[in-house]
Amino acid sequence: MIFAVLIPLVFALLVPLLSKVKNKVHTGIFVLLIPLGIFLYFVRFIGNDFSPVRHTYNWIPSLGINFDFYLDGLSLLFVLLISGIGTLVVFYSIYYLHVSERLAHFYVYLLMFMSAMLGVVLSDNVFVLYSFWELTSISSFLLIGYWHHRERSRYGAQKSMLITVFGGLSMLGGLILLSVITGTTSIRGMIDQVDLIINNNYLPLILGLILLGAFTKSAQFPFHIWLPDAMEAPTPVSAYLHSATMVKAGIYLVARFLPIFVAFEWFYITVSLVGIVTLVWGSYMAVRQTDLKGILAFSTISQLGMIMAMLGFGTEAAIFAAVFHILNHATFKGSLFMIAGIIDHETGTRDIRKLGGLFTIMPISGTLAVFGTFSMAGVPFPFLNGFYSKELFFEATTKLSDQANGLASFLSTAIPYLAVFGSIFTFVYSMYLFFGVFTGPKKFDLLKKKPHEAPIGMLISPLILILGVIIIGLFPNIANSSLLVHATGGIMNSPMEPYHVHYWHGFDSIAFQMSLIVVGLGIVLFLTRKKWSNIYHVLPGKLSFNKVYDKLIQKIDDVSARVTNAYMTGSIKLYMSIILVAIIVATFTIMLTTGGLSNISFEDLAEVSVVDIAVVIIMVLAALATIFVNNKLALIIITGIVGFGISILFVIFRAPDLALTQLVVETVSMALFLLAYYHLPELRKREETLQTSTTNTIIAVGMGLLVTLTGFAAHSADWFNKISDYFVETAYKLGGGHNIVNVILVDMRGLDTLFEIAVLGIAALAIYGLIKLRNKEAE
Amino acid sequence: MEYIILILAGILFATAVYNLLQKQLLRIIIGTVLLSHGAHLVILTMGKLKRGQPPILDDAVVNYTDPLPQALILTSIVISFGITSLLLVLAYRTAQENKTDNMEEMRGESNE
Repeated sequence: MIFAVLIPLVFALLVPLLSKVKNKVHTGIFVLLIPLGIFLYFVRFIGNDFSPVRHTYNWIPSLGINFDFYLDGLSLLFVLLISGIGTLVVFYSIYYLHVSERLAHFYVYLLMFMSAMLGVVLSDNVFVLYSFWELTSISSFLLIGYWHHRERSRYGAQKSMLITVFGGLSMLGGLILLSVITGTTSIRGMIDQVDLIINNNYLPLILGLILLGAFTKSAQFPFHIWLPDAMEAPTPVSAYLHSATMVKAGIYLVARFLPIFVAFEWFYITVSLVGIVTLVWGSYMAVRQTDLKGILAFSTISQLGMIMAMLGFGTEAAIFAAVFHILNHATFKGSLFMIAGIIDHETGTRDIRKLGGLFTIMPISGTLAVFGTFSMAGVPFPFLNGFYSKELFFEATTKLSDQANGLASFLSTAIPYLAVFGSIFTFVYSMYLFFGVFTGPKKFDLLKKKPHEAPIGMLISPLILILGVIIIGLFPNIANSSLLVHATGGIMNSPMEPYHVHYWHGFDSIAFQMSLIVVGLGIVLFLTRKKWSNIYHVLPGKLSFNKVYDKLIQKIDDVSARVTNAYMTGSIKLYMSIILVAIIVATFTIMLTTGGLSNISFEDLAEVSVVDIAVVIIMVLAALATIFVNNKLALIIITGIVGFGISILFVIFRAPDLALTQLVVETVSMALFLLAYYHLPELRKREETLQTSTTNTIIAVGMGLLVTLTGFAAHSADWFNKISDYFVETAYKLGGGHNIVNVILVDMRGLDTLFEIAVLGIAALAIYGLIKLRNKEAE
Repeated sequence: MEYIILILAGILFATAVYNLLQKQLLRIIIGTVLLSHGAHLVILTMGKLKRGQPPILDDAVVNYTDPLPQALILTSIVISFGITSLLLVLAYRTAQENKTDNMEEMRGESNE
C-alpha cells in the first residue's frame, strides 16, 4: 500500500523532465496513468466479503511513528474517490490547460496533493496522518496560487493556508494529547481504549482541538470563508480539491474518530450544530453569488455541513446517509465544477449575470447540468442520486435519539426545521444555477468570445460523473453491500447489516413530505427571487466573516508593529535601562525568595585602619564627582584618582603585582584619555528632566545595592576549601618560581594569559584600522 | 574591612551605571572604566583581605594572601585596558565622522 501512496510523489519528480516535450505530448497524458493505476489497484478490494487490510513500514520506531496503513471500508471509499475523480480531473485538465501554461508546476502540485490525500485516508498512525494532512494544506496552497501573477490568487492562497494550518496545528495538539493518554500512536489502538479517553478530564479539550482541525479543513461555519476565495484556482483544482477530496478530509477525520467520541454528548451537540448551521448559512449565501464558482463554493460548504451534521447525529442510519452522500456529492459536484469550467472556457466569463440562453448552443453541457443541478437540489426523480441521500438525511433528522441535556434536546427538535429551511435554499440556488445559465434571454454581446460547445474531450469527465449520478439514481443499492456498508461499518467500528435504500417511501413518509415542502416552497421562492433578494441587504448586510478575517489579520500586523516600535526605539540608553532593570529585578527576586540575605554574618572580617578609610573616602568622593563634573579635563583626572586609589588599595591588600600593573595601566589610560581629549567635543551640561535623572538614579542605586548585597551574601557563605592552597604548595615545586601570582599566570593557567595577549593584539590592530582606514570616497 | 570595600564597589557600580546611562560618549566610557574598577574590587574581596603576606614564597612566611584572585584580576586589568583604549579610539572616530558625540542623535534608519 505504501507504493500506492508514494508513487504520485515519486512520479512528481519525473514530471519536470516529461514536460520538456509538452508541445508534442500534453504532460497530463503521462500523469493520467498514475491515478488510473491507483484506482485499478484499489478497485479490486471492493466486494461483499471485504475485510480490513493492514500494512506496516518502519519510519521512526523509537518514537512509535511508523507508516501504518490501514484500509477499511471508510478508507476504501475515500481512496476510490481520490483516485477515481483524480483520473477524471487529470483527463479534464488535459483539455482545460493549454500547453503554454506552466504544466510541470501544475502536475507536480497535483501529484503531491494526491499523495498527501491518499496518505491522510490510509494512515493509522496519528502523526503520519498529521504529516500528510499538512502536505494537503501546502499543495492546496500551491494550487490555489497557481496563477500567482494575480493578486486575488495570492490572497486566496494565503487565506486558505492560514486557516487550514491553524486548524491543522490545533489538531496536532489534540492528537498529541490522545497519544499521551492512551500511550499509543495508532488510531485503532485509541479506539480500543475508548473508556480511558471518555473518562479523561481533558476530553472536552481534545474534542475541541480535533474538531477545530476538521472544521477548518472542511470549511465549516465560521471557517468557511477560505473556500470561496480558493475558487481563484484553476477549475480542475476546484473540482478536485475543493469539492470532492480535500474538503472532505475534515469529514474523514470526524468519521475516523467517531467511535471514540460518539458516547460524549458534546460531540453530538457541537458537530450537529456546526453542521446544520453551515448547511443553512452556505445555502442561504449561495443564492446571493453571481460567480458560477462562487455559487458552487457556497453549495459545497452547505453540502459539507449536511454531511457533518449527519455524522454528528451518530445513529447508524444517519451515518449510512452521510457515507452515501459523500459518494453522491462527489459525483454531482465534481461534474458541476467541470461544467462551470467549460462555460468559463467557451464564453470567457463566469458571471451569471452575463450568461443566459446557452442551452441551444451548448446542448451537451446543458443536459449534463440538468442532471447535476437537479440531483444537487434533491428533486424527487428516481434517477437522481441526490434525492435519495437528501431523503435519508431528512429521515435521519426526524429520528434523533432523545437527549437528556437541555441544549441537546432542544437541538434535536430544531434540526428538522433547519434542515428543511436550508434545503429550500439549496433548491433555489440549484435552479438559479441551471436556469440562469442555460435558459432565458441570450446576452452574447456581453461575452468576450463567441460561445460554442466544448470539445468532446472536455465533456468526457463530467459525462462519466453524470453517468454515475444516473446509475446510482436508478440502482441506489448498487454499491451498498460491496462498499457503503463496509464504510459505515468502518465508521461505527462494528460490522453492519446490509442496508436497503427504498425508491419510494410512500406519501405518508415524513421524509417525502419534507421533500415536497422543499420543492414546493423552493419553486415559489425561485420564481419570486427578484422580489425578496433585498433581504441580503439586511442579513448579512454589512456583517461578513471576511471582514472579520481581514480586520484580524490587519490587527495582528498593527498590534505587533506597535509593540515592537514601543521598545525598539533605536535608543541605546533605553535598551541599556531594560537590560539593567531585568538584571536587578531577577536577581533581587531570587535573593529574596531563596533567603540569600538572611544569613549575612559580620564575623571573620579583616581589621580596618585609618589609612584604608581615608583612601576609600577619597575614592567615593571621586566616583561621585564623575557624575557632576562638566569639564572633560576634570572628569578625566577624577577618573584617574579612582584608578590610582585602586592601586593603593592593592598595595594595602598585599598584591604587589596588581598594584604595579594597575599603576602602569592607569597612567597609560590617562595618557590615552588626554590624547582623545583633544579630539572629543567639550562636555555639555546635562540637560535632563527630573524624571529621567530619577529613573537613572534608581537604576544606578539598584545596581550598586545589588553588587554590595551579593558581595555580603557571598562573603558570609563559606562552602569549601580554597584551591589556592594547592597553588601555594606547588608554585615552587612544579612551577619553579617564587612569585605565586606569576606562576599561576604563566604556568598553572597559562591559557588565560595567551588569550589575554590575543585580546591586546586584536585591540591594537583594531585601533590601527580605525585610525588608518578611511572611506576615501566619502571624504 | 571586606564590607567597606564591597560598599565602595557598590558605589563604583552605581556611579558607573549612572554614567553609562548618559548621552555623551566620553561619560559612557568613563562609566565602563569605573565598572571594571568595581568588578576588580569585588573579585579581590571574594578571596578575603589582609590574611597573611604577599604571595611571594619566602621560607619565613607561613601565611599568604590568596593568589588566585590576584591572577584573575591581573588578566582582567589588561583586558579592560585593551577594551578601554579601543572604545576611546572608536569614540574619537565616531565623533569625528558624525560630527556629534550624542548617543541620542546616533540612530540607524527607521525599520532597519
